[in-house]
Amino acid sequence: MAGQEQTRPQRKDDGPDDLPEPVPTAPTAEKAALDSDIDSVLDEIDTVLESNAEEFVRGFVQKGGQ
Amino acid sequence: MTVRRVMGIETEYGISVPGDPGANPMVLSGHVVHAYASHQGLPAARAGWDYADEAPLRDARGWEMGRGTAHPSQLTDVEDPTMANVVLSNGARLYVDHAHPEYSSPEVTSPRAAVTWDRAGELVMREAAERLRNLPAAMGVPVNLYKNNTDGKGASYGTHENYLMRRETPFQRIIAQLTPFFVVRQVMCGSGRVGIGMESRTPGYQIAQRSDFFEAEVGLETTLKRPIINTRDEPHAVADLYRRLHVIIGDANHCDVAQLLKMGTTSLVLGMIEEGAITRDLAIRGPVPTLHAVSRDVDLRSTVELMSGERIRPVEVLWAYFEMVRDYLDERGGTPDEDTDEVMTWWERVLNLLETDRDAAAPYVDWVGKLAVLERYRDRDALTWESPQLRAIDIQWSDVRLEKGIFHRMAAAGRFHELVPQEQVRAAVTMPPEDTRAYFRGRCVSLFPDSVVAASWDSVIFDVPDSRALQRVPMLEPLRGTREAVGALLDDSPDAGTMLRRLGAASVGGGTG
Repeated sequence: MAGQEQTRPQRKDDGPDDLPEPVPTAPTAEKAALDSDIDSVLDEIDTVLESNAEEFVRGFVQKGGQ
Repeated sequence: MTVRRVMGIETEYGISVPGDPGANPMVLSGHVVHAYASHQGLPAARAGWDYADEAPLRDARGWEMGRGTAHPSQLTDVEDPTMANVVLSNGARLYVDHAHPEYSSPEVTSPRAAVTWDRAGELVMREAAERLRNLPAAMGVPVNLYKNNTDGKGASYGTHENYLMRRETPFQRIIAQLTPFFVVRQVMCGSGRVGIGMESRTPGYQIAQRSDFFEAEVGLETTLKRPIINTRDEPHAVADLYRRLHVIIGDANHCDVAQLLKMGTTSLVLGMIEEGAITRDLAIRGPVPTLHAVSRDVDLRSTVELMSGERIRPVEVLWAYFEMVRDYLDERGGTPDEDTDEVMTWWERVLNLLETDRDAAAPYVDWVGKLAVLERYRDRDALTWESPQLRAIDIQWSDVRLEKGIFHRMAAAGRFHELVPQEQVRAAVTMPPEDTRAYFRGRCVSLFPDSVVAASWDSVIFDVPDSRALQRVPMLEPLRGTREAVGALLDDSPDAGTMLRRLGAASVGGGTG
């Protein structure tokens, strides 16, 4: 199939908004949620993050598996 | 062609006791399995595993490795009485694999169902750890479980996918046409990792947890010198008709969309290979080093070199596969089934996002979502990739606990796109899929727990009072033993003996007609 790479349509033009929507939630709304209040995410992570990161990381030792 | 086929996911979980890095992980994993099994009223030791049909050393290329030359970790069919193992009422297997608790999902027939029953495994592990922590003081162990694939210190453990394929498809063709796909698939479904190199010697972030642990193109090994294409040929089904492709290169996913794409796009590419419909040779020069390089290019700008000399970006390789599948579906005409349609829609959408607006893929793709959080952290606290804080976030991302796991905290706040509602996942903890032999296996465990002495993927063994010998029901056809075939028979049988007599009377070939 030589030349197939030339036939790829201008996908960048038909952005994700033109695609059929399999679900009600719009990706842009989800992204906005992720962007706008990501600092509150960090604040929340701060409250649960292991207090001594260095020790926590050092203590997470696994044996290899498959 | 359809995305539907018999498939499943095996997930090994990281295990640790805070403040006690020396705790024996095999014993701990055994405790995890026992804690869950005993709470469910399932005998973890008694409802054992039937190893009769296991052959982990059989190679898809046509030979068998001598047991003397196999690494002990490859001898997975040797029963060790200290190894906890239980078949769950949803048809899954919960057991100790090497030094990790593993949940092997029941056989399902769609990517969406694979997402559902793998997430059910998260609930199983969460509950198991909670039960173990809450045992009376002397017996309780403060164990934590993690759905990830590396400790960042050189150890990796797997999340394996299984796909039932037609035996007649030449394995060499599978190797040639699937390898390029596996080199770049991580871009859609990698889970993200802080640290470069097996032991994280180089600071940085990469797309996939597993990629650095792959050192060979093709091989039988799973624990060392891991190959991109694993040749374990252990079909757990009629061997003349089927092979089970055992895929070891994927990451453990939390995002539904990434998980759906991992299973769905792979199934479609396998379908194309089976049909002989791969029309473009995408063979990549140096697949192993390229796999590592692709994982490190979070900007998705670098190219990979094809054997033809052409250089294209990983996303373009994925587009090439997508287009072949789409064109083939179009040529066939008709409307694709809804599972196929769902995977194609997400495949196109996620590739578009990765190509035009990567960060907008955060709700769908694990590595992008994790990177967004880590980048904000870096900005806010002026951290470098060497900071233990970032490595801690990477590990804690996959903590199975709702209150501690960073993914779960963010998911609860609606930051990831959920395809399968939580109620369906909860139901899948106890109920098997209805359209495979997992239905018969799971329902038997549920209805006749005292009569099932052992089970495996392709058999259930019963001990019933009116028979001196154990009764073994073979299930070599994965699509038999469905609810449609045996649901009424199971529901109407007061005990296992009655069920077996009726099953014998109704027997159609494979045992669980």
